[in-house]
Amino acid sequence: MFETVIGLEVHVQLNTKTKLFCSCPTSFAHRQNANTCPTCLALPGALPVVNRQAAIKAMRFGYAINARVNHHSIFDRKSYFYPDSPSAYQITQMHKAIVQGGELFIDLEDGSTKRIGMHQAHLEADAGKNTHDGDISKVDLNRAGTPLLEIVSAPDMRSSDEAVAYLKKLHSIVRYLDISNANMQEGSFRCDVNVSIRPKGQEAFGTRVEIKNINSFKFVAAAIAYEVERQTEAYEDGVYESEVVQETRLFDVNKGVTKSMRGKEEAADYRYFPDPDLRELIVSDEMIEEAKQMPELPDAKVERYIQELGVKRYDALVICSTKELAYFFEEMLTSNASPKNCVTWLTTELLGRLNKASLSIEQSPLSGAKLGELVSKIENNEINGKGAKDILDRLMEEDSSIDALIESMGLRQVNDDGAILAIIDDIIAQNQDKAQEYREGKEKLFGFFVGQVMKISGGSANPAKVNELLKKKLG
Amino acid sequence: MITLKEALTKSQDELNRLKTQMENKAKEGGLNAYIGFESSGEGVPILIKDNIQVKGWSLTCGSKILQGYIAPYEATAITHLKSHGMAPFGRANMDEFAMGSTTESSYYGKTLNPHNKEHVPGGSSGGSAAAVAGGIAIAALGSDTGGSIRQPAAYCGCVGMKPTYGRVSRYGLGAYSSSLDQIGPITQNVEDAAILYDAIAGHDPKDSTSADMETVSVAQNLNPDRKLTIAVIDNYISEADSQTQRVFAQTVEKLRNAGHTIIHKNRLNTQYDIATYYIIATAEATTNLARYDGIRYGNRASCNNVSELFYNTRSEGFGDEVKRRILLGNFVLSSGFYDAYYLKAQKVRHLIRDEFNAIFKEADLILSPVAPSSAPKIGSISDPLEMYKSDMYTLSINLAGLPALSLPVGKDSANGLPIGLQLIAKAFDEQTLFDGALSLERAVNYQK
Repeated sequence: MFETVIGLEVHVQLNTKTKLFCSCPTSFAHRQNANTCPTCLALPGALPVVNRQAAIKAMRFGYAINARVNHHSIFDRKSYFYPDSPSAYQITQMHKAIVQGGELFIDLEDGSTKRIGMHQAHLEADAGKNTHDGDISKVDLNRAGTPLLEIVSAPDMRSSDEAVAYLKKLHSIVRYLDISNANMQEGSFRCDVNVSIRPKGQEAFGTRVEIKNINSFKFVAAAIAYEVERQTEAYEDGVYESEVVQETRLFDVNKGVTKSMRGKEEAADYRYFPDPDLRELIVSDEMIEEAKQMPELPDAKVERYIQELGVKRYDALVICSTKELAYFFEEMLTSNASPKNCVTWLTTELLGRLNKASLSIEQSPLSGAKLGELVSKIENNEINGKGAKDILDRLMEEDSSIDALIESMGLRQVNDDGAILAIIDDIIAQNQDKAQEYREGKEKLFGFFVGQVMKISGGSANPAKVNELLKKKLG
Repeated sequence: MITLKEALTKSQDELNRLKTQMENKAKEGGLNAYIGFESSGEGVPILIKDNIQVKGWSLTCGSKILQGYIAPYEATAITHLKSHGMAPFGRANMDEFAMGSTTESSYYGKTLNPHNKEHVPGGSSGGSAAAVAGGIAIAALGSDTGGSIRQPAAYCGCVGMKPTYGRVSRYGLGAYSSSLDQIGPITQNVEDAAILYDAIAGHDPKDSTSADMETVSVAQNLNPDRKLTIAVIDNYISEADSQTQRVFAQTVEKLRNAGHTIIHKNRLNTQYDIATYYIIATAEATTNLARYDGIRYGNRASCNNVSELFYNTRSEGFGDEVKRRILLGNFVLSSGFYDAYYLKAQKVRHLIRDEFNAIFKEADLILSPVAPSSAPKIGSISDPLEMYKSDMYTLSINLAGLPALSLPVGKDSANGLPIGLQLIAKAFDEQTLFDGALSLERAVNYQK
């Protein structure tokens, strides 16, 4: 039996306004090379100046994962020639990263949590993009110099499920911290996977294979599954030494296989050394103070929901999995609706409708406050549940006030005993026979009477009251 | 040629006439000190080394690889010039990428020494020094990484000053070795050097290595009457030739007679300076020059694919000395060699700095040769190691980041060429450097 060992390197594009070493905007530009200057074009004589905000965002991540934030860190030059790398070296942090160590807790399917150790997180500059158009290759340096935080985990994951859980948790945290848009498709959250296997019980690691640039959680799982199978087969066939070598592989999305990109012997010598254009990055007290200003993080939120709001663990995990969902939920609570009903109306009613319409929570046509208002109107007996669902259907389509919809749809709940009794008396008078049968023991007919009252009231009668009064009248 | 101080009193019309005269004289003189006569803005014309960006001007660092590149931005030093009544005028020739001590390695051909055209003007700021000494520039900007201002000034018989590392912004200076490079003045006399230094010095937020401290005008506070303690490093002098030793001894006497106190010190052998410098400078240079790849600007060689693009562009674009230093830099940074070379060199660099600091506990200034001899004949140095050795007196100053000023103090009686010496001050004490230099200039009363 084999054990899989996985470590992950994630490149998170930091959402600063300007680039890491110059004041060019990081925002999208329609024209190629529009967001460039002497520094990010690497013109002769241009110099880098560190973006303080990028450092603060990196520090905030460090504090969020209980890491050590180095008050002195060093930028290094990593040399390699590539057209999208203007200075032919990337400025990164090899000798001393700004964030060292730390931990992250992942939530597994069986409800348990596991601690994943963190190696380091360092700042570095992104490259530009090369595009190829027939015989012509073009270089667009709009992205060149965008700040990246490369987050390196310890080799602590033992399955693709754990790897995906780690990525989801990391994704969630950087979104909560608002340090990155973390959009995998757009490349602001890029993932390299290191995979090896070893016989169970063996302490030494096997040969590590790196799979580069996988752009979805699904592909991460598939790439790991393929790689584990390939390495296991090689082991069993006695060709592990020759087949599994320390190399970089690429995942072929269409075929679902990994392919060798470059071997160890072709591995570049990056000739790292401290960048003499930059002094040590020294963290000031003001920077520390700013970095420590951070929102409640998912783990703490889950605990609070359970402890203070009485939300079930499963529901708390679902709601806290993304900051958008959690903030939506918390907005609902401002209406003073009960957390329990808010959970149901969010996770069942709203998410169900959003799923059907292929919308995300950010694209919800109604706000958390409005959904909360709807729930509180049920709790205040202004409408009943059925009416609320009808109103929610309408709110998915149009932006109306709930009160206006209640009026126009005639859903205002009738709570007045007299009005309900009048209807009940009518119904019983018209269905003497059925009333008799009920009294003789055919209790199933109770539902018939409820339905009739609700129907006559246009669905607006308070169902609890209807039940209570019917029981009295029929009793 | 009128001095910078005097030129600052002239009208723009007079300055324009002067520019025409300088251009004509430069074209007739055959020194090949100028490689261009661009002019930008009004003010006293200052000749600019070909590695300092002037917006809208060609900039090539004396290299084929940068042919066709026009700087779209301005070096901070140039911006400062313009706000001090000066304006860039003309491009000065230089050793390719400031790597050389003779100005023989320029793509534009060699510059000649104005005192004797069979001799080199020194380098790498040879164009700047030859033009000032040759009467075809009022003053010039050069850059000094291991002596590239002070040594050509000494060979040509003019004043060259390297500021403390961090005093003058490097923003816009085509980098050779980032931790060593400084822009500085080359002028006809010490006072002019102080004026030009004042103009370009100051903190620049665009340069992360720029010193964030106030700069006080040195020129307005010049005081040649201060009595200073000046150290001479005895084990240095023995490595210079007899002419240099003779001039050095005479100068020490003159300083003593002028009321200064002379003390004697020793330092590490200069061979450690040379080894340390050529590891650090080439390591930095190899990465600084990696951007010249033919992708975005400059000269692109013909090619069939991207590897050839890099390979051909750089093979055809760089000269031999530049290639030699790129190779050396890559070697010392290679995996497995880093600790033995680069890291060790950084340690020695700290030792060198500590040594100087110790001397400055007792001395205000150090007097030292600039070069072991007067300007050699063109083509006489074919062994690169010989050339590296000729920088032995200047390298340590850059490694320690100190300010230093070279001025002419005598002549080589064998060939009549000037011999310069340098004064070295502690970091950020440019005032004492200029005070001592002015005192020395008056004491020696050097005649061209």
